[in-house]
Amino acid sequence: MNKFINFAAGFLLASVTTASAQDLPKLTVYTYDSFVSDWGPGPAIKKAFEKTCLCELNLVGAGDGAALLSRLQLEGKRTQADIALGLDTNLTARAASSGLFANHNNNLKNLDLPIDWSDDLFIPYDWGYFAFIYDNTKVKNPPKSFEELIMMPDDFKIVIQDPRSSTPGLGLLLWVKEAYPDRAAEIWKGLAPKILTVTAGWSEAYGMFIEGEADMVLSYTTSPAYHIIAENDETKSAANFDEGHYMQIEVAAKLASSKNPELADKFLKFMTSNDFQSIIPTTNWMYPAVLPKDGLPDGFAKLISPSKSLLIPSSEAENVRSEALSEWLTALSK
Amino acid sequence: MSITLDNIKLSHGAFHLSANFKVEAAKKVAIIGPSGGGKSTLLSTISGFKFPDRGKIFINGNDVTSTPPSERPVALLFQDHNLFPHLSVKKNVSLGINTTLNLSETEHEIVDKALSRVGLKDYDKKMPFELSGGEQQRVALARCLLRKKPVLCLDEPFAALGPAMKKEMLNLVKEIVESTNATLLMVTHQPEDAIYISDETILVSGGIANNPENTAELFSDPSPELVEYLGV
Amino acid sequence: MAYSTQQIKLTHLIFGGSAFALLLVLTLGTVLVLWLNADIKTTLSPSDWATINFTITQAIVSATLSVLIAVPTARALFFRNFKGRQFILTIMGAPFILPTIVAILGIIAVWGRSGYISEFISNFSINPLNIYGFTGVVLAHVFFNIPLATRFIIQGWSAIPIEHFRLSAQLGINTSGITRHIEWPMLKSVIPGVFLLIFLLCISSFAVALALGGGPKATTIELAIYQSLRFDFNFAKAAQLGIIQFTICAILGLITIIVSKPVQFSHGLDRKVERWDRTHFRYLLFDIFILTLVCLFLFLPLFSIIIRGIIPIFSLPSTVWIAAFNSTTVAIVSSFISIGMALSMSGLIVRISQKFSITSQSMEIVSFLTLAASPFIIGTGLFILIFPYMSPFIIALPITALVNAAMALPFSLRMILPAMANAEKNYGKLADSLGMTKFSRFRFAIWPRLRRPVGFSAGLAAALSMGDLGVITLFAPADVATLPLIMYRMMSSYQISAASGVALLLVSLSILLFWVFDRGGQLEHNVR
Repeated sequence: MNKFINFAAGFLLASVTTASAQDLPKLTVYTYDSFVSDWGPGPAIKKAFEKTCLCELNLVGAGDGAALLSRLQLEGKRTQADIALGLDTNLTARAASSGLFANHNNNLKNLDLPIDWSDDLFIPYDWGYFAFIYDNTKVKNPPKSFEELIMMPDDFKIVIQDPRSSTPGLGLLLWVKEAYPDRAAEIWKGLAPKILTVTAGWSEAYGMFIEGEADMVLSYTTSPAYHIIAENDETKSAANFDEGHYMQIEVAAKLASSKNPELADKFLKFMTSNDFQSIIPTTNWMYPAVLPKDGLPDGFAKLISPSKSLLIPSSEAENVRSEALSEWLTALSK
Repeated sequence: MSITLDNIKLSHGAFHLSANFKVEAAKKVAIIGPSGGGKSTLLSTISGFKFPDRGKIFINGNDVTSTPPSERPVALLFQDHNLFPHLSVKKNVSLGINTTLNLSETEHEIVDKALSRVGLKDYDKKMPFELSGGEQQRVALARCLLRKKPVLCLDEPFAALGPAMKKEMLNLVKEIVESTNATLLMVTHQPEDAIYISDETILVSGGIANNPENTAELFSDPSPELVEYLGV
Repeated sequence: MAYSTQQIKLTHLIFGGSAFALLLVLTLGTVLVLWLNADIKTTLSPSDWATINFTITQAIVSATLSVLIAVPTARALFFRNFKGRQFILTIMGAPFILPTIVAILGIIAVWGRSGYISEFISNFSINPLNIYGFTGVVLAHVFFNIPLATRFIIQGWSAIPIEHFRLSAQLGINTSGITRHIEWPMLKSVIPGVFLLIFLLCISSFAVALALGGGPKATTIELAIYQSLRFDFNFAKAAQLGIIQFTICAILGLITIIVSKPVQFSHGLDRKVERWDRTHFRYLLFDIFILTLVCLFLFLPLFSIIIRGIIPIFSLPSTVWIAAFNSTTVAIVSSFISIGMALSMSGLIVRISQKFSITSQSMEIVSFLTLAASPFIIGTGLFILIFPYMSPFIIALPITALVNAAMALPFSLRMILPAMANAEKNYGKLADSLGMTKFSRFRFAIWPRLRRPVGFSAGLAAALSMGDLGVITLFAPADVATLPLIMYRMMSSYQISAASGVALLLVSLSILLFWVFDRGGQLEHNVR
């Protein structure tokens, strides 16, 4: 145990010493794990922001989007976080009612989202469409809609995520509900025999797809961009559905209890600036909320463009969710 | 030291034992009787591993009824598990002198002498599993030697030995006990051992530990229970 | 005769008592914390009851199958002496300690729609396997638990005195006679405990059921707790489900402790194992058959992990090696804490059991509570307790070590307690009669009999801690990571092949740690 205490003390001492040695204010941003990882946007964002802010950016990974919000609710007003980055529109209503967030006072005129955005608390930083990804060398005739997917033979298997523990899972749930408000239960019943399995999170599902377990996986329209750009692999494509695709808009907000409100405002401004936005496409693999000056990387041109952008307003998302969830449970429990 | 059992009563389920006698100091007493009769229990009570339900025990006039075993002036040799399997012969014996096993020069010599006395001079580095049953008991006896306790309790210590070896061990015990004026209590299933070594004999049978009687007289005129036990 | 003169000393009370108190706080205490912090009280819905039903059913089936397969496997391993037997025994520890995500991908690699078996049978025009569903869940659980069951049952066999076999040979009793009179009574006392352990492990299963279960009809209580906490922020529901999980486990725990005897770890002056029946060739064939099947079943997924990770492992970034260091340190500390707790609690229980046997049995049951407890509830509860006083980042690693130690406690205790009871029974009196006190008593009389179970338990605790992904997620700051956490982060960033490299590293380190501790416990320790 002694070795431990020394280790922890040393670690603590080191971080305290470094901070005071540089005498810089610290901005703490709670975000999701993949943002912070070495392959995510985190390292580059940190470098870019610290160049201009004369501060230290402390990125903290807190699980995924939903876990992030729960963590903030657990910590309440005593939280050390100044910024929460990584909630999506399905969570913003709950986040807003928690009273933890402060108005951002930005005018948001320069956003390049396919829909209009007006929210006092939350600013988008990237977005994407949910889509089913398939291997275009193995699947020659991908379904072009949910109805077509239902018509596929039963040995055509898809893997999806659980809406109760995963943001893409929740996204799919709301997608079906928004596209087929009255027929959602029927759609799910039709999909049920093709669902190979429902995983807890995105990574297990995507891993299974890559290994060839399933013919399609629920992911993002931007997933093929990763394979094209980072792996030179053009075999993955997204299926373009006629009903349109449900959007995921990821947002950030300032904590009302923040001890560095001006620094937080600076970060939010930085977030919609080119320096931040240009990093997003090839690290977070989503569409940037503001188009970078040099445009999008070449691989992005090969991605599908949905005909319709579906999104349930955050105020209604919570209600729709519970109804949609029970339909989903009923259909899949048979 | 004398040992007095004053109206001792013990029971556990269907088993009971009562004892009410005195053993004079420096006597050599054999304890005999049928299996399951309570001979070992009697020894355990005297050495402190069992507490009687009623009655008192006095050793050398002191009430030891609630004294823990290590504080009684008794050295006890069990029927088995007398040696720690992971310690060598020498270390096992050394525990008799010093339980931390950090022996001084003098203590080392004392241990070596004890080992020689039981005829195991070169066995000091051997492990218990390398010894025969009889050799293990001799090691235990060597340790008893070192404890220098005025009361020595032996529970069927030589049951596994051949007749010549047994005689040798009995002689050794006799010699040790006589030279230290210790009181001996020895449980045995061999009446001839009792006759060979003991002044007095206690017959434990029918739930009663009878008073010690002169061994020669007891065997020349056995009671009905003794007759039943001896099978003559 | 049971009455004796052991005294309950103050040291036992203090150390054993604090270990208990810690356990209770971690398990029941955290549920209470959640309950008290809940805003709305809710009731359970029908789908919750379906969840409970599924949870119990799959646990029963998994445990039964695991035990059924483990018995002949254990017998084969125990009585057949062959080269590599020790290696197999050690490697068998691996499935149990794999992080679930690694294990699931490994199982899918073998049994999945595009796995080895499906590819093989497609040559005969058979449709690919689809294990997703109840089958998959049970398969994965059996995969995790056969090694544990086998190990425990082997201990049962080694507890049968060799004299019984000699006697049977002498009397000419044939194999079925030996089975009936010698082996079956032993199995009857060992199996309930093993069954319970596996049942408890399967009850609290989370990601396995979700990934391989096929859909929401395969929801376990643990998943429902996770969802209540993460998505709904519904403390009351989580607490209710947590209590239900405890109750189920407590009832079974009670039944098992009453019905079964704990397993002994080694007897007297250890001797070689021999038996003289079962000499016919068909027995050898059966043993080979079952050992081969079980080994293939266990090793093929491990093999796939090695194959996938062997190249990426050489190009891992430096953060991985730092995480490896963190993980290993936490694991070692955690195993020391766990052993410390197990020794204190055993010391206390052994002494209390002589006077108050029901109290001591309830204490044994309490130690099982951590198996029944939800790591999500523990993490959240601890977080609520600690956060007002200090930043969770500072104590992330120590807290992880502590919680992991508590999680490993049921195993450590189940092995160390009977060994200590036995040592006391056989050598306690001798030590007392020699006037050995405290330290030398423990060091020379008791400790040598504990080395093996302590070694095994320490190895197990260390390996379990290596693979943990529960508590650390709530407490870890960005730059402090453990291997499973880094692996998860990689997988969330499309870095699947790098994650495979980390998976291989994780598995190798876990097995290494386990082997070091276990071997250490088995070394001859004769003080000449």
